[in-house]
Amino acid sequence: MGFTYETLLTKYEPVLGLEVHVELGTKSKMFCGCSTVFGAEPNTQTCPVCLGLPGSLPVVNEKAIEYTIAIGLALNCTIAPYSRFARKNYFYPDMPKNFQTSQYDEPICSNGFLDISIETDAGTKDFRIEIERVHMEEDTGKSLHMGGATGRIHGADYSLLDYNRAGIPLVEIVTKPIVGTGKYAPEVARAYVAELRDILRALGVSDVKMEQGSLRCDANVSLRPIGESKFGTRSETKNVNSLRSVERAVRSEMLRHGSLLDEGRRVIQETRHFHENTGETTAGRSKEQAEDYRYFPEPDLAPVTPSKDFIEKIRSSLPEKPSTRRKRLQENWQVPDKEMAAMINADVLDLVAATVELGADPTRARGWWLGEIARLANEREVSAGELPITPKDVSEIVQLIDSGELTDKLARQVVEGVINGEGRPKEIIANRGIKVVSDDSALLSAIEKAIAAQPDIAEKVRGGHIPAAGALIGAVMKETKGQADAAKVRELLLRHLGQG
Amino acid sequence: MIVNKSAIEMSQLLKDGEISSVDLTKAHLERIDEVDGQVKAFLYVDREGALAQAQLVDTKRKSGEKLSPLAGVPLALKDVMTQRGIPTTCGSKMLEGWRPPYDSTVVTRLRSSDVVILGKTNCDEFAMGSSTENSAYFPTRNPWDLNRIPGGSGGGSSASLAAYEAPLAIGTDTGGSIRQPAAVTGTVGVKPTYGGVSRYGLVAFSSSLDQAGPCARTVLDAAYLHEAIAGYDPLDSTSINAPVPPIVAAAKDGNVKGMKIGVIKELQGDGYQPGVLKLFNQSLEELANLGAEIVEVSCKYFDYALAAYYLIAPSECSSNLARFDAMRYGLRIGEGSAESVMNSTRAAGFGKEVKRRIILGTYALSSGYYDAYYGSAQKVRTLISQDFKAAFEKADVLVSPTAPTTAFKIGEKSNDPIAMYLNDIATIPTNLAGVCGMSLPSGLAEEDGLPAGFQIMAGAMKDDRLYKVGAALENALVKKWGGGILEQAPRLGIK
Repeated sequence: MGFTYETLLTKYEPVLGLEVHVELGTKSKMFCGCSTVFGAEPNTQTCPVCLGLPGSLPVVNEKAIEYTIAIGLALNCTIAPYSRFARKNYFYPDMPKNFQTSQYDEPICSNGFLDISIETDAGTKDFRIEIERVHMEEDTGKSLHMGGATGRIHGADYSLLDYNRAGIPLVEIVTKPIVGTGKYAPEVARAYVAELRDILRALGVSDVKMEQGSLRCDANVSLRPIGESKFGTRSETKNVNSLRSVERAVRSEMLRHGSLLDEGRRVIQETRHFHENTGETTAGRSKEQAEDYRYFPEPDLAPVTPSKDFIEKIRSSLPEKPSTRRKRLQENWQVPDKEMAAMINADVLDLVAATVELGADPTRARGWWLGEIARLANEREVSAGELPITPKDVSEIVQLIDSGELTDKLARQVVEGVINGEGRPKEIIANRGIKVVSDDSALLSAIEKAIAAQPDIAEKVRGGHIPAAGALIGAVMKETKGQADAAKVRELLLRHLGQG
Repeated sequence: MIVNKSAIEMSQLLKDGEISSVDLTKAHLERIDEVDGQVKAFLYVDREGALAQAQLVDTKRKSGEKLSPLAGVPLALKDVMTQRGIPTTCGSKMLEGWRPPYDSTVVTRLRSSDVVILGKTNCDEFAMGSSTENSAYFPTRNPWDLNRIPGGSGGGSSASLAAYEAPLAIGTDTGGSIRQPAAVTGTVGVKPTYGGVSRYGLVAFSSSLDQAGPCARTVLDAAYLHEAIAGYDPLDSTSINAPVPPIVAAAKDGNVKGMKIGVIKELQGDGYQPGVLKLFNQSLEELANLGAEIVEVSCKYFDYALAAYYLIAPSECSSNLARFDAMRYGLRIGEGSAESVMNSTRAAGFGKEVKRRIILGTYALSSGYYDAYYGSAQKVRTLISQDFKAAFEKADVLVSPTAPTTAFKIGEKSNDPIAMYLNDIATIPTNLAGVCGMSLPSGLAEEDGLPAGFQIMAGAMKDDRLYKVGAALENALVKKWGGGILEQAPRLGIK
């Protein structure tokens, strides 16, 4: 395909709209007392209310309202003193009532903004993303399509319904159209979702796990010719399950739109599914004909009317903003800008901070998360946070190095073990029989062996050419399978050769 | 016969040890066996459950436990209220065989009052109708004339009272489904203030209008039942968190001296049967004789109430009834994709009137029509509330005939939905405004010798006023008739 990203940018300007769905971390569902814990046996976390049984009625979870207001305040929104739920009517088997209780023309929070910054060719650049609305709704159940080849509804033999997720509180955060990002649209999209995620995590309102679906992003992308004020036709990409995917999906859609427009074809208004493996999207549901959801105010629920005191109480307990926190951490740790950006980019800042909180030295903590762990994450094509290694593991490993129980090289084996799922660091040390060889006699015999094997080099060292010792030390380390403390080997070797 | 007594008389006999609850329950089950083949009030009779419950109450009583006034007294439950493990069909094929896994709050409260639930009564499908002819199972007949309708939607509950199959019943009232059946069967029915009785477990027809309430043969019986089921319920967000008004005390008091009674100008005249109006005016005279002041009030937006109702109720019903899709419970027809199963099940499972209202409501909520239909109807609703508010500044209660006519013949209005809807013209405003209303017998119309109803309406959470005025009128009329109106009804059964 001759159409490149660069060509695209000479002709078109991207417009983004991001809709983020967040599953709130409340203990119970939005309108009933059922548990929200992820991964339970299908249909074990249900009751007459979330199954929509005849006669059942919803009751609003107050914690969910509190969380939503907190999100609204953190995003600089206006909090409505009066808002209502509405029914969004459409038939779908995983929706127990065949309407979703949501908010429509009266969202609880509106007109906010979120400031983000990205690294550009010309240095750090700030963007203000305007927030249209933040509203509450309930999640649907899940359809599992059985048989057939793809797990999709087409070609399936039958479908199973799991309503454990039905009624889990969701908050939808919708941006206003994002313009003026130019070539950085993918990075801006990513940075926005990342910043939003950090805020939500700091607020403690959600576990924001994209891969488990507790934070989901729908990316609306359209292109318009440069200089044009009217928006182009948009597509809405779903199934974007990681920060990296947000960036890739936006870029891929920009390219797809761009090449369509360039060939004089039109963009179809539809949902698209993003595929992690190909990095591309495929067509979903057409949105050419607007669906009529027949919204009307939910008569089973009283309006939401938070008092000023209630709102102010939430405002006063808002945590430190992630951007402020980043500044504070950078100062405390004395990290250069570039390193800081690297941590943010690799999405390990929180992990490093947690490791430091557990007692590890900031530089060393950062070294591990950005070094060996990042390398292994890369190999596995996941983010560091998705690996089964925790800040606690890393702080423990750092401690073991400090106490001389591990060498750097051995520690890398331990890290790899943890990531392979072999257990926690101490288990791996025990199971793999990892130990620093510090027994002098064992080391001495290895040293003698090394000297015997390379007598000429030994002579050089004896003659005062200390750097030559490296080859001998290497041989000893090889002999001891890396379990010796290199510093100790060096000390013994030099002493043995009369240089100690 | 024990079954002819009032609930409170039965309660006294139980307290005095004159009869056990088991025997009282058996007497009612026998009465059901005797007459229900003709009346067809019940969709399901829970013999075992009722007798077990009666036995439990007798045991409690023997052990000296303090019991509620209605302990051991039987009751019939309209089939739109869930009762755990007991078939709940809502008069629809859609729910045939469905046994809810949970109790409605009304049932929970009845249980805690040790009331004995005899079974589930027939109703128009999903409570949509004014004659009980829309039941998917069979029509219920009026004990006064078996060729006539017992009112609707709660015709099963009202007929069961008039036929002495139960001394108490639960009804639900969305546009008059408690009061109009009470009027045409010579019984008492009360639609409490919206939010006064929990809707949890009441299968919704129109959420913003539905209200469960008591049905009985006397005002005092209704008062006891009302108090037993009323009060705040955390499971219903629309239930009112305030003390229940002193209903029983008001019914016992029955003193209207000095009260202002407002006659609503718009709820009489054209379309009202002359005999019904005559009885209404005679009742007013009785109240005036008791020292009440009769004033006339105008509620000019009531003329639009029916039109507004038939937009709001169908709109909400189109959404409420969407859940009946064969995916989780109830009827399932056909195979293939979920969509085709949903389509064939809904085509087969809903009756004509239900489909009519779902289609009406779907249309009224559609984009482009919403403002003209649903939106306008909501504005009318506000205006009607304002009418009530202004009227209640002039009067303590408002009154009207409950229904424009006495019971009509089965089949007479089946093919004329508008004529059928007009039955509820006087009861609907109350539901739209969320205020409370009662119907009690005003006598037998001179044209046909059938019972007519007198409607009393009071402001929100002023339900006690209904009972005060109702008791006063009932006392006066019973004295005049020399007994309850049902004593003039034809004797059903072979005994």
